[in-house]
Amino acid sequence: MDTYEPPIFELSSPGKYGANVPDLDVPRAELPDDLLRQDDLAGFPELSEPEVIRHYTRISQRNFSIDTGMYPLGSCTMKYNPKLNEEAARMPGFAQAHPLQAEELSQGALRLMYELQADLATISGFDAVSLQPAAGAQGEFTGILAFHAYHLDRGDTDRVEVLVPDAAHGTNPATAAMVGLKVIEVASDERGNVDLADLKRKLSPRTVGLMLTNPNTLGLFEEHIVEVARLVHEAGGLVYGDGANFNAILGIVQPGAMGFDFMHYNLHKTFTTPHGGGGPGSGAVGCTAELAPFLPGPLVNRTADGDYAFITPEKSIGRMKAFHGNFGMLVRAWTYIRSMGAAGLRKVSETAVLNANYIRTQLDDIYPPAVDRICMHETVLKGQIAGATGIRTLDIAKRLIDYGFHPPTVYFPLIVPEALMIEPTETESKQMIDAFIQAMRSIAREAVEQPELLLAAPTKAPVRRLDEVRAARQPVLRYDADKFAKLRDSE
Amino acid sequence: MSFNTPLDLRYAESHEWVRVEGDEVVVGITDYAQDALGDIVYVELPAVGATFNAGDVFGVIESVKASSDLYAPVSGEVTAVNTDLEDDQAPINSDPYGAGWILRMKSSGEESALLDAAAYEKHVAEQQH
Repeated sequence: MDTYEPPIFELSSPGKYGANVPDLDVPRAELPDDLLRQDDLAGFPELSEPEVIRHYTRISQRNFSIDTGMYPLGSCTMKYNPKLNEEAARMPGFAQAHPLQAEELSQGALRLMYELQADLATISGFDAVSLQPAAGAQGEFTGILAFHAYHLDRGDTDRVEVLVPDAAHGTNPATAAMVGLKVIEVASDERGNVDLADLKRKLSPRTVGLMLTNPNTLGLFEEHIVEVARLVHEAGGLVYGDGANFNAILGIVQPGAMGFDFMHYNLHKTFTTPHGGGGPGSGAVGCTAELAPFLPGPLVNRTADGDYAFITPEKSIGRMKAFHGNFGMLVRAWTYIRSMGAAGLRKVSETAVLNANYIRTQLDDIYPPAVDRICMHETVLKGQIAGATGIRTLDIAKRLIDYGFHPPTVYFPLIVPEALMIEPTETESKQMIDAFIQAMRSIAREAVEQPELLLAAPTKAPVRRLDEVRAARQPVLRYDADKFAKLRDSE
Repeated sequence: MSFNTPLDLRYAESHEWVRVEGDEVVVGITDYAQDALGDIVYVELPAVGATFNAGDVFGVIESVKASSDLYAPVSGEVTAVNTDLEDDQAPINSDPYGAGWILRMKSSGEESALLDAAAYEKHVAEQQH
C-alpha cells in the first residue's frame, strides 16, 4: 500500500543542496543591503536534486486522473483527452508563437482561432464567438456584463435582477453578484424543470435575464425551454446559457435555436482540453447578432483579401484577459472538433447520454433517482440505501475510492438530499461502466451488512478519511513545524 | 429518521425555529436542518440593530457539504447575536435548540403564523421524499 509522503520540510537535512555553483573567479562584490533578503530563511528545506525529484514524483504518482481510471464526476465531463491534441498544441508554430508577434507573422494561429470561432458558432447556432474568457465562470461573467451593457445601451437602466434556478451551479449567482446585480432564485417543479408559475411571478421590468443550464444540473432536459425563453424575452430580459452540460446535445439541438442569447462553452469539458490543475481551462462564449457588438475583443476576422486580422467589436465590454485567451487550449479544441467531425460530435452526445442512462437503470433500484425521468449525460441519484440507516452519500463516495474509482460529485445539486451526481461520459467502455455499476451495488450491500467498511473508507488510499470539519474550522494553510507537531500529538 | 422537534417552538418552512421569550424571539436552525447540513464550520451573523422582513436572508451557514442562506422566520430588529458561534459552531450540531441559538429579534407577533411542531414534522417528512 502507498504510504503518506511527509512535507518536503521534514525530508530536509542541513548542508544538502541541489545546485553546484562554480568557484568564484572574479573579485567578490556584496549586494547592496536593500537587495538582500531580510526575512528569516530558517527551516528552508535542504535536499539534493534526486531527493527533490523523488519527492515530487511520488506525490505526482498519487494523482487520480482520467489517464489512470474512471472519473464520473458529475457536471465536470471528465472525458478522455486525446493525445493527438497534445501533439498539435506542441507544434512549434503554435507553442512558440509570442502573443505580441505581428499579425502577418501569426496567420496560422489566427486562422485556427477564426475557424474555431466559426465551428463553435455553428455547433451552437450563434452568430459570433469570442475565445477570450479563461474558464466557464469568466464566460458567465462576460455574458452578464454584456447583458448589462446591452440594456444600458438601449437606455433601459432599471434592469438589476438576474434570475437563477435553485438547482443552478454556484457560479451563476456568484456571477450576478460580481456584476453588482441582485440574484433572484427560481424554484424547480416536480419534474426537475424551471417552475413556470414561479418564473412568471419573478419576471419584471427589472429583469436583466435568466441564467439557465440545459440539460440542467439534475441531468434533465428542460422540457419547457422554448416557453421559458419566450417568457423571459417577453419581459424584456435575456437568456444566458451555462454551457457546462453541452456534452449532452452536440449535433442534436443548438442553444441558439432553443432561445438562448449568450452562452459559454467549457472547452475543458465538452471539447477535451485538460481540466483544472492540468488546464488551464477555456470558457469561450457565443451569442446572437444582437449581443455581438458587446463581446470582449479582440476577435479574429477575415479581411477582403483573405488575411486574418484582430478586430474589437464597436461596443465591446473590453478585454476579459490579457492577449488571446488560453491559446494552447484553443489548439486542442480545434484539433478535437476537426478530428471528430460533425457526425462524430453527434455520436459523442448520443453515447454520453446512453452511458448515463445505462448507469441509471442499473442502479435506480437501490439508489433512488432524484427525479424519475430519462436523463441526459448524467444521472442524479440519492445515497439513501434501504436498510442502511447510518450510511450517507459521503461514506459511499469514500468507499468508491477503495474500489479504484474517483467518486462522483456529491451533495450537488443542493435541492437533492444526499445527492450522487454521476457522469460517465462517452469515453468509458461498457466493461468499465459495468465494473463501476458492480462496485456501486457491492457498496450498497456492504452498507447494510458491513457498514463499518464504508465508515472506515478509504482504506486503500495513502491517507484515511480526512477530518474535513477540523480542516475547515482550524485550517493550517502553510507549513509550520510547531503546529504540525501539535496536530500529530493531538491524534 | 426521527428528529427532535420541541412542541413549544414555532417553525419556518426554511427550517428555522422560533422561541418566544417576553417581547423577543430567539431564532436558530432545527435539528433536521443541522443533520441535513452536516458539521457546521462557519456562520455569518448579521449586525445587532439590523432589521429584516420575514423571508429575508439574514446570514449564511456553511457546512462541510454546502453553504446555505439563513432566512428570517419573522420580521423585526435584531437585538442580539450568538457571537460564541464565530469561534465554535459545534453547538449548532450538538444543541440546536439551546447553545446553538443564532440570534434574538424584537417580536413582531408574526410567530403565531409559523408552523407548529406537528406541521413542521409533516413538512420535513415530505421533503425527505
